[in-house]
Order: sequence, then C-alpha cells, then structure tokens
Amino acid sequence: MTTEMAEPASKIELPASVAGDGEIPTFHITLRVRRYDPEISEEARWDDYKLTMYGTDRVLDALHKVKWEIDGSVSFRRSCAHGVCGSDAMRINGRNRLACKTLLKDLDTSKPITVEPIKGLPVEKDLIVDMEPFFQSFREVMPFLINKGHEPTKERLQSVEDRERFDDTTKCILCAACTSSCPVFWTDGQYFGPAAIVNAHRFIFDSRDDAGDMRLEILNDKEGVWRCRTTFNCSEACPRGIQVTKAIAEVKQAILARKI
Amino acid sequence: MQVHKYDVVIVGAGGAGMRAAIESGQRARTAVLTKLYPTRSHTGAAQGGMCAALANVEEDNWEWHTFDTIKGGDYLVDQDAAEVMAKEAIDAVLDLEKMGLPFNRTPEGRIDQRRFGGHTRDHGKAPVRRACYAADRTGHMILQTLYQNCVKHNVEFYNEYYVLDLLIVDEDAVREDGTPYKQKRVAGVVSYDLASGELHVFQAKSVVFASGGAGKVFKTTSNAHTLTGDGMGIAFRRGIPLEDMEFFQFHPTGLAGLGILLTEGARGEGAILRNSEGERFMERYAPTIKDLAPRDIVARAMANEVREGRGCGPNKDYVLLDLTHLEPAHIEAKLPDITEFARTYLGVEPFTDPVPVFPTAHYAMGGIPTNITTEVLQDNDTIVPGLYAAGEVACVSVHGSNRLGTNSLLDINVFGKRAGIAAAEYSKTADFVELPEDPEAMTRGILDGLLSGNGTERVAQIRKELQDTMDANMQVFRTKESLEQVLRDIASFEERYKHVTVQDKGKRFNLDLLEAVELGFLLDMAKVMTVGALHREESRGGHYREDFPDRDDEKFMKHSMAYLDNSVTAASSAESVAGIRLETKPVIFTRYEPMERKY
Repeated sequence: MTTEMAEPASKIELPASVAGDGEIPTFHITLRVRRYDPEISEEARWDDYKLTMYGTDRVLDALHKVKWEIDGSVSFRRSCAHGVCGSDAMRINGRNRLACKTLLKDLDTSKPITVEPIKGLPVEKDLIVDMEPFFQSFREVMPFLINKGHEPTKERLQSVEDRERFDDTTKCILCAACTSSCPVFWTDGQYFGPAAIVNAHRFIFDSRDDAGDMRLEILNDKEGVWRCRTTFNCSEACPRGIQVTKAIAEVKQAILARKI
Repeated sequence: MQVHKYDVVIVGAGGAGMRAAIESGQRARTAVLTKLYPTRSHTGAAQGGMCAALANVEEDNWEWHTFDTIKGGDYLVDQDAAEVMAKEAIDAVLDLEKMGLPFNRTPEGRIDQRRFGGHTRDHGKAPVRRACYAADRTGHMILQTLYQNCVKHNVEFYNEYYVLDLLIVDEDAVREDGTPYKQKRVAGVVSYDLASGELHVFQAKSVVFASGGAGKVFKTTSNAHTLTGDGMGIAFRRGIPLEDMEFFQFHPTGLAGLGILLTEGARGEGAILRNSEGERFMERYAPTIKDLAPRDIVARAMANEVREGRGCGPNKDYVLLDLTHLEPAHIEAKLPDITEFARTYLGVEPFTDPVPVFPTAHYAMGGIPTNITTEVLQDNDTIVPGLYAAGEVACVSVHGSNRLGTNSLLDINVFGKRAGIAAAEYSKTADFVELPEDPEAMTRGILDGLLSGNGTERVAQIRKELQDTMDANMQVFRTKESLEQVLRDIASFEERYKHVTVQDKGKRFNLDLLEAVELGFLLDMAKVMTVGALHREESRGGHYREDFPDRDDEKFMKHSMAYLDNSVTAASSAESVAGIRLETKPVIFTRYEPMERKY
C-alpha cells in the first residue's frame, strides 16, 4: 500500500492571521504503541510506526493511519472523535488524555510518541481495558437524582445560583482519565476513584436532591474520599477541565460539616 | 449456540434506546444491547437544545410547534406524528427535569429557553424562544441523565454486543379482502460479543431498534465513527422497507474541514454568518428570520456563497460564523464547548476571530418506517407485531424532508418512551416466536466470509472512496449525472468489497472485522439513499436537485419506500438499481395544507 490513504483531520487552510503561512505543514512522527494480545502472547511489547502526518492531526488520526494502512490488528476504542464520548482515554507520553483531543503538534515529535492503555484497569487487548470495575464504582455512589418530595406538575424550581453550584461536575463523560491517573487507585483497586466521587458531588450539591447524606456516608467508607492524597493528577488529566481535586475536597468538607 | 430469552430486547443505548429501557425495564424483563458503552452514544454530542412549548419566557403553544415542524419538513411530515411530538414535548422535558437533568434556569428558577432555527411565533412571524437547554451540552446531559436513571432502575445492559441480524419469520396470512400475503413476525436478534468474538442469540417477544444513524456514508460529517447505519441495514436485509432515505440533513455549521458540530444555538444566541465580503448573506436568502432559517436553507445558502466565489480563506472554501460582537461572558456561559472546539481543533479564538464553518452531514431524516405507536411497518399498512423503532434509525415521520434543530432530542424522548411502553405491553400478551432453524447462519456467513477472505482490498480504502464520492455528488447539490456517478461508484465498491481482507484473525476485540462489517452496511445505505435521490425529480427540504429546482407536489408529495428485491435487475428499471425496488406511501395530513415555504 503506497498511496496516501487516511485523510488528515483537517485539510482546511486557515487565513494567515490564524495559521501563519496558510500552508498545511506535514511532519514525520514515530508512534510507539503498547501491544498486548493474550491470544498471541502473554507478553506485552512495543511496536513503532513511522508516519507522515498533518499539522492539524490528532493522536487518534495517527492511530487510525496505523490501523487502516499498516496493521489492522492494532485495537483501541473510539467513537465521536471530538472529545465528548469518552471512549479513547489513553496514556500518551505518560499522561492520560483523549487521543481525539490531543494534537500531534502539541507533543514533542522529535522523539517517539508513546501510547499505552490507561493504568489500574485490566488490559484486554492493546489499548483496550476492562471498564467494568470503573462503572461498578460509579454505580455504587447512587448517581441519580433522589427526591422525596411530591412530584410537582411542572418543573422543580432551581435558582440560577443553585444550578451553578454543581455545574462543573455535570461535565463528566466517564472516560476514566482521572481515576486511572490516580496513584491511590493504581495500588488499591477498591478505592472509588475520582470519577465516582465527581458523580456523587454532582448530586450532593444539587439543590433538588434529598439523598446527599446517604452518598456522604458511602464516601466516608474506608475506600471513600479519605483515600485521596490530593496529588492533583486527576484534575490535570480531566479532558473536560473539571476541577476534580476541588470537588473531592468539597465532598470531604461536607462529610466533616455534617459530622456523619 | 448461546441463547438468551427476554421479553423485550432494545438494540442501541443512546437517547431513544435508554428512554425506551426506562419504561420497558419497569414493566417487562428487558435487555439493552449496544455496540458501545451507553455513555459513548452519539446523543451525547448533541448541543443546542430540545424544543417544547413550555412558554416559560414568552408566549408559545404546541400548535405553533406542530406547524413549524411540518413547514420545516417541507410538508412531507406525517402531520399526526408531528402533533403527537409537539404535544408530548412538554411532558418529555418535564420528565427529564424530574429525572434530574440540569437545565439552565431563568431568574425565576424555571427552565430557560432560547431561539433555534425554524421555530417561530404564530406560524412564522418571528423567532420564538422554545429550546430548553443546558449550555451547549444538552445532548450530553440527556444521555447522562437517562443512563443515571437506567442505573437507578437496574436496567440490564449488554455492552459491546454488536447486533448483526434481526430474526424474522414469514408466516402465511390472508388480508381482510381475501388476498394472501406473508406476515413478518419477530423472533429475536443475533449479536456478536466484541470481547470474546462469540455469537449470542437473543430470543424476544418484542424488539426495539434504537441504533441511530448512518452519517459515515459521508466524509465530512458531525457523526461518530460508529454511526454506520447498522440498524437500518439489518432491517433492510430482512425485507423491511426504508422510508425517505434520500433526505439527509447537512448541518450548516460544521468546523471547516473537520465537520465537528457547532450548535445552531450559537446563531440562536446572536451569532451571524458572513461571506468573504463581510456580508450577512442570510438576509438575502431568508429576509424574515435570516440566520435562524431551517438548516437545509442555510446550508444551501452557504454552499452557494462558496460556489459563487464569496467563500473565505486561501481557497475560498468556507464561510465564517461570527461571534465577535457577543459578550465573552455570555459566550462562556451559553456556548462553552463549541468555543473550545474552535480553539482546540482550528486554533481560532472565537471571542476575537470568526470561526471557519461549512455544512457537515448530520442527520438521516429517513429510516425504518413506523406508525405513531412506533410499530414497524413491513409495507404501507401492515405492522410487524413485536417490532418497534425509535430515534434516528426510524422514520415516523416527524422530520419529513428536513428536520428542525432540537427536534431530534425531542424525537428520541417522545418516541423512545412510546416504544418502551408499547414493546413491554405487547410482550405481556404475546408468545415467543419460535427461532428459525440455525438462527446464526446469516451472521456466521458474513463473519466467516470476511475473516477467510484473502483478497487485496482494504476496508479503509473503499470506505474513503465511498465517502469521497458521496461528498462530491450526493451532498447539498445533486443532479441526475452526479447521482448516476455515485451508483456506478458503489457498484464497483460492492465488487471490491467481495475481495476485502481483514488482517486481524483473532476473536478478542476484533475491531478490524467490525469495521469490515460496518462497511457492508454503509454501502447498502449509500445505495438506498442515492437511488431515492435519483428517483425524486424535485427539490424539497434537504434534497435539492439542480435539474429539478422546484417542489413538485403533484408527483412527489409522498414518502418513498425502498425494498430489498433481488428480482429487480439493472435493466428492468431505468430509475432503480439492481436489488432495490422503490414504492411510495401517502403523506398523512390533518389540518395543514401545503404552502410555499418561505422564511
């Protein structure tokens, strides 16, 4: 296969004011992918791929180029390809990111770009991990509105300020970038992890919800918020810009304030 | 063979599937099968809002919403369905609020509402604030809220179970007038477990299709990689017709070159489209509501500006979405995500620079035909007992030839709920239909054929060429010649598809194989769409024929119905292609006479 096949993310030429000289620069990268397929070998390995990419391409475009033109067995999840579905969280140059939101030009392309599965969850194949333990923790914090009052005929009222109180944690896309960046989670898989706490926070601080105490009690558990060591990895990893560590701190304070 | 038995099986876990599951799961034993994880579904990418005539911020009523929907669809809408949707919209929004959806609020604490394309006060007099929203993440909030409520109700999910076949049994039956016919009955589905590579048969009394659209037939699209028309394709291959497939919506404001969606809500909040001369060109195309005209009109206007040399950028191949006159704080509060997309992917700062945009393939108006109870039709009049469809995979038809913005989030909630209730209620009275002998046979044949192939053709190469010809010839502007070109191309792709090779021969997460299967559905759907477009010699809504620029109610005020029919050969029909038979179905009118569509 010699023809250029995979389309760049964007072939659009922007005005000089935005894109410099307007030409789309191409450049060469080495993509170093962590490979693992227990059907073939119990050993994981690194495979290097030399690729020519465009200035606006993302890591996901590089992975697609490998899969579509070189080796179809390279396996990774992806769907929306613009950072809203949360399928393609992976460890890129040692940091958790979404492959579809990480532009190659923002990485150091003079060295190989390493791509590995997120840590702390069992690897199934290549970049695909078992997400079930992650979603199990999510389900355990009762991530749904519980309101004990009478159902109004119209909507429940909520002030603009009350709505704003939990806005940040409504942005979570359950990609697991935060949880799988947490050193506590790596060593203790029982820890709820940042994402579950973020989703508990979203309801604890929702003025319409009546089950905050129950959630705080769940998170007061030995595998709950107190395991957090405030390393801020989670906040740095979040592709939605959620201030995860702050949300965890607010949950800790709420537990202390209510003296459960 | 692994066989599971459920009262109700729902295929797809986006908005429509999960809304159905919440109803069905509380009434009957229900399983939801998805080729992704529920929260990865593309409902989450919807941005701007969900319309309902709550009248929270200004006078409004559901009859105006009904009218706008029908006019927006250029009168090809089934009016009974549009009435149902606009009327039930109000409860659909309130349901979501009670489930916990964090809508933006008015100063009084009510659900806030904003303007959206084609939604008007009093039958077109002026834009109306009808779209309920949560910043520009309304779809995300709907998807999360529905998933949260599925967790609450212990809905049983089979994640990464890719449904590949619908098990249908043909029974001899007789119509009231004495003519014999084949009555289709649903027995279940066959799915492929991505993790293990094993096939699983799900026997069910009711099956609900809620598997979304087929936008990946186009290159420039707002759709996810996974939206490959599987549900439509599966039904079509089993003899269910597909309705109005020639109508595909191109959303005006995709990020240029990328197709990533920038919500129409941006224009609802005051953003303006400009050409290379800085002109607000929509004033010429839709003098009354300008930038808030329906999507087909705006998309065509943009493509026309580019074609006539008034495009922007070094290659004059896009126009600009201008938000620079809006307050940065207002943009930050109402449109945080799309401004981030512009920064991340194009490096453009929307506070100070206009954003390059061009139409992007967005939504299939057509799909599996249903009545307003979401029962699937096997022909114009006959339902398939126990088979339901809702959301983008279905054609009920509330969108006609052009869907209004926000009406898809509404569609999935209103008709998803109806499907869940109807499927569960049916399962209480029905018996299981006996599984056909060797139910996995067709699926195993497809998979084994692809795995054992040793040709030289690559899936990605054929898919790219398909997407290229669809973008070039089946997009906003169409002609007889361009459509015939697509059909010639597809014929050659189908031949090459027989010789594709799948490199990954393993059983575990074989996504290489999955992409090869998806390409088969994409080819089928592209062909059905193009045959419909060739046959429809008029221009209506999202379908614009340069060689037939006017709407022709006399000949074409009717739905098209495409059937798989191997007795049709290329030579037997000038307008069809081998294997597809086209028929028509009457449009349902209640109270609105077709008028000329002006904004």
